[in-house]
Amino acid sequence: MSTLVYINSSNGLHKSALEVVTYGKKTGDNVTVITTGNADASLLATLGSYGASKVLVDRSVSGQDAQQLTRVIASAAESIGATTIVFSHDLIAKAVAPRLSVRLKAGLISGAIALPSADGTVNVNVFSGKAFGAVKVNSTVKIISLLPNSIQPEAAGGSAEVSEFNGNAGSTSVKVLNTKKPEGEIPLPEAELVVSAGRGLKGPENWGMVEELATALGAATACSRPVADIGWRPHHEHVGQTGVAIRPNLYIAAGISGAIQHLAGVNGSKVIVVINTDSEAPFFKAADYGIIGDAFEVLPRLTEAVKKFKAASH
Amino acid sequence: MKILVSISKSPDTTSKIAFTDNNTKFDENGVQYIVNPYDEWYALVRALEIKETIGGNVTIITVGNAADEAIIRKALAIGADDAVRIDADPTDAYYTAMQIADYAKANGFDLVLTGKETINYNGSQVGGMIAESLDLPFISQATKLDINGSTLTLEREIVGGLEVVEVALPAVVSCAKGMAEQRIPNMRGIMAARTKPLQIVAPIAVDSMTTYVSYTMPNAKSACKMIDPTNMDELVELLHNEAKVI
Repeated sequence: MSTLVYINSSNGLHKSALEVVTYGKKTGDNVTVITTGNADASLLATLGSYGASKVLVDRSVSGQDAQQLTRVIASAAESIGATTIVFSHDLIAKAVAPRLSVRLKAGLISGAIALPSADGTVNVNVFSGKAFGAVKVNSTVKIISLLPNSIQPEAAGGSAEVSEFNGNAGSTSVKVLNTKKPEGEIPLPEAELVVSAGRGLKGPENWGMVEELATALGAATACSRPVADIGWRPHHEHVGQTGVAIRPNLYIAAGISGAIQHLAGVNGSKVIVVINTDSEAPFFKAADYGIIGDAFEVLPRLTEAVKKFKAASH
Repeated sequence: MKILVSISKSPDTTSKIAFTDNNTKFDENGVQYIVNPYDEWYALVRALEIKETIGGNVTIITVGNAADEAIIRKALAIGADDAVRIDADPTDAYYTAMQIADYAKANGFDLVLTGKETINYNGSQVGGMIAESLDLPFISQATKLDINGSTLTLEREIVGGLEVVEVALPAVVSCAKGMAEQRIPNMRGIMAARTKPLQIVAPIAVDSMTTYVSYTMPNAKSACKMIDPTNMDELVELLHNEAKVI
């Protein structure tokens, strides 16, 4: 029973990478990691602490072309005789895992939110987070794509053996003309804490207080669809049905009414705090903690309270 | 330009989600089906815009039974030229993708478009599976698509940002928000859709790779705890000690 875990190591080791290695360790004994690009071998060796015994790195592939990555991961899977292949359910997995499923004739479980159950099924999000489905794979080899923030990474110490790997990536037919990187430091789908705001903030010039609270908490910032559509905030911050779906530990929403399409993007959050002047806002029905009040007063007050708490706990 | 757009049905976004048969089947009772929004608003509309600019033909394809002809007629009313229904129950993404890939292979298309995911199974699987099966490049989650001769220029989301890429046709693209705007069919479109060709094709033999064994609903949220807007220390205390998230 060999497990292969694909990680994207192009910008260091993200928490989502540690999550999938931990997931691999908990589902199989012999965990090999496959990655591409130019990450330092010493950095990759630290994946041993999360349960990887080996790390294979194919340095011939630098981009995110799905065809090349599929060939490399398929070669790695065949070379170790993998019966389970694990991805983090990000934009790479959404392009590569389905291709790999066809190439290896391996059933794909995408959007997993938990470890496999005793009966071998894996729970996934369905109906945009409104329900869970237990999925069984009918093939010998299975591929699981795990939603970020579904399990906690567990470090136990130790080091993995890192070796260079030639996965016969072949050429790419996709020519990259330009790459734009957003400013935010914490990628939204991976963030544990998120502060979000909507039209109730009245204008982009008022986002300072959202950012101050996010900074005090160490959180990422997000927004509702109308705010992204009118250009107050960049589109990559838009959470909801047509934007990004997130499942942080804490989601704080200020000035967002909580339409069903917004909830579809955030209903996987463990704890939801809603700040709204309208006591009838539908979002309160989905919230754990509610504050009926003006975001312009509540947000700065909350920022102060968080700062006081952080100062006292250090 | 021959464009194939893969569409799927999904329950209306406001549908009540419930399950029957001991939680093994989606409860369709009272559910209104629509064309999956990503397939309709982005993939289909962009295909029509391309056709209107450079000419060509837009075929829609779905795997489903006779009842799904309502969503097919809707897509034809928006402006697709013709439709194909693979006469089978779309048991999983693999089964569905293999049917569509088989039809695409036999009929030859320059461009295959899908939505980035369906809003019921959220798998983001079918597009990539079609691409691998046809051995074509796959640009996923594209937010912009332009054609220049036989070259596509696309903008897409990647891990850590946005990428502008170029790829030669034929190719498979999954479409996300930004690519086009929703079109409401007009009366002429609805009338014309009735007589547009709809071909019914028998499925090929393929085994499903996955099975949805059962469904569960999330635990109902306990009532929202209301906090005094002047007492944010209390909220911080609850988030730390009760919810244990900070």
